[in-house]
Amino acid sequence: MAMNYNAKDEVDGGPPCPPGGTAKTRRPDNTAFKQQRLPAWQPILTAGTVLPTFFIIGLIFIPIGIGIFVTSNNIREIEGNVFMYYGLSNFYQNHRRYVKSRDDGQLNGDPSALLNPSKECEPYRRNEDKPIAPCGAIANSMFNDTLELFQVGNASDLMPITLKKKGIAWWTDKNVKFRNPPGTDPLEERFKGTTKPVNWVKPVYMLDSDEDNNGFINEDFIVWMRTAALPTFRKLYRLIERKNDLHPTLPAGRYYLNITYNYPVHSFDGRKRMILSTISWMGGKNPFLGIAYITIGSISFLLGVVLLVINHKYRNSSNTADITI
Amino acid sequence: MFRRSFNRFCAGEEKRVGTRTVFVGNHPVSETEAYIAQKFCDNRIISSKYTLWNFLPKNLFEQFRRIANFYFLIIFLIQVTVDTPTSPITSGLPLFFVITVTAIKQGYEDWLRHRADNEVNKSTVYIIENAKRVKKESEKIKVGDIVEVQADETFPCDLILLSSCTVDGTCYVTTASLDGESNCKTHYAVRDTIELRTVESIDNLRAAIECEQPQSDLYKSLGPENLLLKGATLKNTKKIYGVAVYTGMETKMALNYQGKSQKRSAVEKSINAFLIVYLFILLTKAAICTTLKYVWQSTPYNDEPWYNQKTQKERETWKVLKMFTDFLSFMVLFNFIIPVSMYVTVEMQKFLGSFFISWDNDFYDEEINEGALVNTSDLNEELGQVDYVFTDKTGTLTENSMEFIECCIDGHKYKGVAQETDGLSQTDGPLPYLDRADKNREELFLRALCLCHTVEVKPNDTVDGVTESSELTYMSSSPDEIALVKGAKKYGFTFVGVQNGYMRVENQRKEIEEYELLHTLNFDSVRRRMSVIVKTQSGDILLFCKGADSAVFPRVQNHEIDLIKVHVEHNAMEGYRTLCIAFKEIAPDDYERVNRQLIEAKMALQDREEKMEKVFDEIETDMHLIGATAVEDKLQDQAAETIEALHAAGLKVWVLTGDKMETAKSTCYACRLFQTNTELLELTTKTIEESERKEDRLHELLTEYRKKLLREFPKSTRSLKKAWTEHQEYGLIIDGSTLSLILNSSQDSGSNNYRSIFLQICMKCTAVLCCRMAPLQKAQIVRMVKNLKGSPITLSIGDGANDVSMILESHVGIGIKGKEGRQASRNSDYAVPKFKHLKKLLLAHGHLYYVRIAHLVQYFFYKPLYDAAYLTMYNICFTSLPILAYSLLEQHINIDTLTSDPRLYMKISGNAMLQLGPFLYWTFLAAFEGTVFFFGTYFLFQTTSLDENGKVYGNWTFGTIIFTILVFTVTLKLALDTRFWTWINHLVIWGSLAFYVFFSFFWGGIIWPFLKQQRMYFIFAQMLSSVSIWLTIILLIFVSLSPEMLRIVLRSVRRRSTRNPNLELPMLLSYKHIDSGYR
Repeated sequence: MAMNYNAKDEVDGGPPCPPGGTAKTRRPDNTAFKQQRLPAWQPILTAGTVLPTFFIIGLIFIPIGIGIFVTSNNIREIEGNVFMYYGLSNFYQNHRRYVKSRDDGQLNGDPSALLNPSKECEPYRRNEDKPIAPCGAIANSMFNDTLELFQVGNASDLMPITLKKKGIAWWTDKNVKFRNPPGTDPLEERFKGTTKPVNWVKPVYMLDSDEDNNGFINEDFIVWMRTAALPTFRKLYRLIERKNDLHPTLPAGRYYLNITYNYPVHSFDGRKRMILSTISWMGGKNPFLGIAYITIGSISFLLGVVLLVINHKYRNSSNTADITI
Repeated sequence: MFRRSFNRFCAGEEKRVGTRTVFVGNHPVSETEAYIAQKFCDNRIISSKYTLWNFLPKNLFEQFRRIANFYFLIIFLIQVTVDTPTSPITSGLPLFFVITVTAIKQGYEDWLRHRADNEVNKSTVYIIENAKRVKKESEKIKVGDIVEVQADETFPCDLILLSSCTVDGTCYVTTASLDGESNCKTHYAVRDTIELRTVESIDNLRAAIECEQPQSDLYKSLGPENLLLKGATLKNTKKIYGVAVYTGMETKMALNYQGKSQKRSAVEKSINAFLIVYLFILLTKAAICTTLKYVWQSTPYNDEPWYNQKTQKERETWKVLKMFTDFLSFMVLFNFIIPVSMYVTVEMQKFLGSFFISWDNDFYDEEINEGALVNTSDLNEELGQVDYVFTDKTGTLTENSMEFIECCIDGHKYKGVAQETDGLSQTDGPLPYLDRADKNREELFLRALCLCHTVEVKPNDTVDGVTESSELTYMSSSPDEIALVKGAKKYGFTFVGVQNGYMRVENQRKEIEEYELLHTLNFDSVRRRMSVIVKTQSGDILLFCKGADSAVFPRVQNHEIDLIKVHVEHNAMEGYRTLCIAFKEIAPDDYERVNRQLIEAKMALQDREEKMEKVFDEIETDMHLIGATAVEDKLQDQAAETIEALHAAGLKVWVLTGDKMETAKSTCYACRLFQTNTELLELTTKTIEESERKEDRLHELLTEYRKKLLREFPKSTRSLKKAWTEHQEYGLIIDGSTLSLILNSSQDSGSNNYRSIFLQICMKCTAVLCCRMAPLQKAQIVRMVKNLKGSPITLSIGDGANDVSMILESHVGIGIKGKEGRQASRNSDYAVPKFKHLKKLLLAHGHLYYVRIAHLVQYFFYKPLYDAAYLTMYNICFTSLPILAYSLLEQHINIDTLTSDPRLYMKISGNAMLQLGPFLYWTFLAAFEGTVFFFGTYFLFQTTSLDENGKVYGNWTFGTIIFTILVFTVTLKLALDTRFWTWINHLVIWGSLAFYVFFSFFWGGIIWPFLKQQRMYFIFAQMLSSVSIWLTIILLIFVSLSPEMLRIVLRSVRRRSTRNPNLELPMLLSYKHIDSGYR
């Protein structure tokens, strides 16, 4: 952009003081600020400065877009670490009543909140005169299907695939935001005086056998508690780690998915899905970003060309007009 | 005992509201008649609005009458009562802040008023009760009390003058604080009570006065010369007795007290209009959303899926009520469409912005050692919107310092004294003359100057200051007279003062001459001359008369006129105020007769004015013309340039003056209000009186002028501004009496018709001069113009008390800190030392403020449209500061350019930047960007994960992304619009972005123990770790800014194609919001 640095004439000396030399003159201070004469940079945005911007944007965006598009399309569901997601549709995790229905204090291990959950949790606050832990609609509706993946061997035997439960939640959530109630007692003791959410089969301290993945810091639970933005969403369920560099994580073949069906979705016309995906540097497969970049880049470039032409034409015509006048 | 009721106070008034009977001294008129105590209000003056008790409710009530405040109150209440998505604090806190600040400000102002009231109400007065002087507080005066007033005191209430210390029962009064006329007026005691000059005798008076019920018309009632008005001051009279007839809030002054009403600027009106539009949008939106919600909820699994059940309470709520609360909560959710913070910011902008005016060095005046004064900060932007400028002449256009320029004696011209090294000691022929008149005539002329006036001498220190004559200070109601006396002094004749009815004059030989002052025939505007009758030491009785040429010439011998007339006309053309001096010797016999007549007339009960006029008329005949004087009323520095600039800026300048037509006209020529080629249309008594029936003639003239003008400008007024430059210019001159004829002409003949014709004429004229205006008429004119179609913005500028009404009436009132006291500047919205400052005030400050505030407002209406509701607090913090800085510092055009090219002012006239077009543009821009943001992010979230480790993001991330884009876009857009980058702008714009990032980290980086919900925890940091989100943010910011950039390009292209070779290109470049190119 063409910018004219225009340090406005700095404060001139100002007219000399009145000869009377009155000690207290009420003349306003002659400072640059008060006289609105601060030095200023006055960029002038003209066609000449804006047009190149369009071109540059176009030139930058198109390659980026292509790059993204290619990367996104290259994501296959077999190589590298494979991520296993479950998806739900028509499930309004972003409903206002739903989103509020949790007690972060309780989830952070606050003993008082444990026994006296926030009012926001209604109607999942108390059950049979005992406080629910974890309280609220979100926790109550936690996804509880169990997915198991098997590779079908040559002899139709099923080889289970190791699904890693840990490392699916945000680090900060797992280590800071969610905490079990304090104490050294067994978890069951620490949750004493509370009751399980109405829809749950097991209480919260029996979610997993691993002490480090049990109670409020159970990662499945943490993932569920991060409410989705849209009614159709996916949540990370398990990790399938690559064993060695030679073999693909999930080689081509037949697989068998065993679902323990607990979670009802028909009542709200919902659907369940299971997604296996690898991840690139920019996340999962999503053509949107690439296409958007390419489109915007092209439009920008095109606009630049069109405007340049118009600009040029008018400049010429006005010049001639000036001459004729 | 008097048993007489005075009936005439109410005589002759058509609009009689009813009468009241006042018993003098509260004594019943007779024992037989039962004394009925009447209820009148007491003499307390209350100008304050509130008392301690009603302050809170009343002030709150006043404040909530503002649409915006009321609206926010409602929203706040809804938030408190109904279960809403947002916390009540978000709207309650700013509202509370605004209300408190305003209340404190108003409370303080009211406290000041209380103090002022108390000062008046508790002042001591003397009341005659039971033949004794009783000291009382002013507020205790009752109607019917007899009040004693001493010299230089103000009257505590409206009084009927019963008697004064003088034999003839006269007293002198100045009404400067009422109507701005500072000269003394004579009032006369009621004839029957003149003799009652002692406490005892006046207490014995038994009388009843029947008078009108209180009326506010100040001008109608100044006439009765027995009525002394509250607020006027007693002068030159030791003491008077009067009976109170109107007290307290019923006095003329109180009834005329025009509260300084809140002036609202056009911008504020626009804001209110926009608010209403937005309110409508809001209601519609809320209604649609509620409907949609219920449509969506109609499927049971959507309404209450198993995973998200309602509470017992929710289920039990009555459905209609539920629907209503839903509607309300949607309203609250979208309430950010109407920005709370805007009001705070606008107020701040105005308040801080007004400092720039008072800080401006260019407004500083060496003489009075003061700069500009800002009384209201609400009207800064209005300065950029003015259509009509009403200016006072004396003291505003002119310096109001008269200077004796030259005189002419018997046709011989004497130029002003060039050098005066040895001052008064010059004895012989001190006049630098071109050719000399007879020595005797010369001295006669100078004596006339010394005697024929009403100047008072105020000795500085020594009372017997005969020898220190140079130290004398002259005081007079008219600066002309002072100029004349001073002029005479230069030529060796010094007026020393009045002693015991003798006027003392020191002549060129340093001798004191004494003249007995027999009569003063006061100046009045009808005769336009004044005379004195004096008796010389030798016993000759002389009459000296001075007056306007037109008033004097017919009364002197014809042959004398020709010599002098040339000079007078010549002087008048040069813009000097000319006066002719004449004299006459009165034979002793004649004097006897004249004296008798004069006294008779003065004592006359009825029609005194007319009688005196008649006597005066008879006396002032057959005079001998001695000479003429020319006094210059100096134009203010750069007055002409300023007027020209205002003209060029498309403003219509009207001069409203109390001065006589000829002088006013010459001043107008001098300050280039009228050009030499301006065709003048005159509507004055002179032109009208030629005909017998005034109204017919008026009608004729009006229609004739209209025809003429319509021929000239066949197009509508819209093209007028352009037309000015090309067509013949017209100027209109009208005087007070004609104006009142037009405005008040008899009801049946369709005065509206006159008025509309008159207005049509006025609107077509480039300049209008109204002379011989009473103060109230000035205000009338302003009001008339204000109510014109399209309600143009008016600005009044004046310096005297007589301009106050006009200053208060107009949209913007500007006071000149002039010589006629501080009344005008106190009552004005802005006060500047000189007229020339108006130019910069309007063209530069007004323009900039308007552009700034318009942008500010647009920006605010644009900003919050897509606000993620829960982040309001962010919104206030992050994006208010840059716009505030912008709105304070922006100079899209250089100040110097603005002052030098007044045409630029036209561009913003008519509230151009806050019309529907720009408003729609900003709204759609906002809607567009909102869509882009939402759907951009929406599509982004279609994927499994945005992270390289496959983790998922929730709804809070979604919101934060949108919000981040929003903050950046809004701030960058402002950066695009900023034309004037000072370091403050840099600091604030980049600073606020940096602060946003920092704050987001901070806010999300800690588990806040006092918050129930830790929803923002680590979202921002986590968000920034995703490359995709980065890319999206950049992309969306660019997309939302591109329309703005596109517009810039198109604008510059279009401008080039339609370039007007007259206009400089670089200046107009920045007019992106002003040109009509909204697409």
